[in-house]
Amino acid sequence: MSDPARETEGEARARRGRNIALALGLVLFVALVFVVTIVRLGANVAQQPF
Amino acid sequence: MAMPAAVSRSATPARWQDFVQLLKPRVMSLVVFTAITGLVCADRPIHPIHPILAAVAILCIAVGAGASGALNMWYDADIDSQMRRTRGRPVAAGRVQGADALALGVVLSLFSVMLLGMAVNWLAAGLLAFTILFYAVVYTMWLKRSTPQNIVIGGLAGALPPVIGWAAATGSTPLNAWLLCAIIFMWTPPHFWALSLYTSEDYAKAGVPMMPVSAGAASTRKQILIYSLLFTPLCLVPAFTGLGGVAYLAVAGLGGLVFLVLAWRVFKSRAGDAADPRQDDGLYDVKAAAKDARNLFAFSILYLSLLFATLLAEHLLDLPALSKVIP
Repeated sequence: MSDPARETEGEARARRGRNIALALGLVLFVALVFVVTIVRLGANVAQQPF
Repeated sequence: MAMPAAVSRSATPARWQDFVQLLKPRVMSLVVFTAITGLVCADRPIHPIHPILAAVAILCIAVGAGASGALNMWYDADIDSQMRRTRGRPVAAGRVQGADALALGVVLSLFSVMLLGMAVNWLAAGLLAFTILFYAVVYTMWLKRSTPQNIVIGGLAGALPPVIGWAAATGSTPLNAWLLCAIIFMWTPPHFWALSLYTSEDYAKAGVPMMPVSAGAASTRKQILIYSLLFTPLCLVPAFTGLGGVAYLAVAGLGGLVFLVLAWRVFKSRAGDAADPRQDDGLYDVKAAAKDARNLFAFSILYLSLLFATLLAEHLLDLPALSKVIP
């Protein structure tokens, strides 16, 4: 009988895939917030009276 | 409110593709398409929305739609596992745990609404939050299991994306934005009831009171015709409110006629009347009587897509609205 605590190769591959997808999602979110901040700041600076 | 019954867990581990499937990518693509149409049609020549912010707005709307799909799959796993059309869904099939689908739905809902609010405006974010809550709570948890009017009222969630797109572009929601919403809202009943006429056995088995299950096929066919008679003239209205041009009027008029003919055929047919002796795997292997319902279902998707694509093309090509061609 297989040990339930031991991860099979398929489970390990699936977990690795999920982790990579999550990491990419987080990186995308950080990049998105950065780009949005730059765009919004740029627009505010352009509208500022000098 | 009853909690969904537990679904047995599959031996297959959850892959990242299962989590993508939780977001209902096909529904998401339709939401994106109608939201883009709303955003583009919202003419604002003086201070147009920054293209990057427009892309972020569409992304947030798409993710918000996906989040409500995940919440729907979490709550409806017990129903989904009994219907052929939905039994392969990740939670229903046991590949993803319900708690994981719930967590994904809640997290993505919060992220999409907050980002849309901070990046674009809070009117669009508020409308997105309302849409997610309406779909996940009002439709999924309440209406779907309790009334044959479930998809009529619940259809509002699917009809709001062009209004959110419009709000994202302008910070307001004028009559034309709500006109796009009304078109999708009125399209939903004949579209879904045509489908349910040839999948009613599944709905009955799962205990979902879709119109053919609770009111019968004849009443459903009559209501499809009534909604079609209201829906097709409504599609012409944007041509007279400064939203659509000559091409739109032609597509809406000709397509509307075809829609009405198909709805009439469904009304005169016996679609959904008798038990359907299908094979277990043949989901859409409909018998001859249900062919009219299937034709209407297929054409309804094409018609709505054409209407929005024509509006989109007219605005992207800067073609004049009908009111400017014929004063």
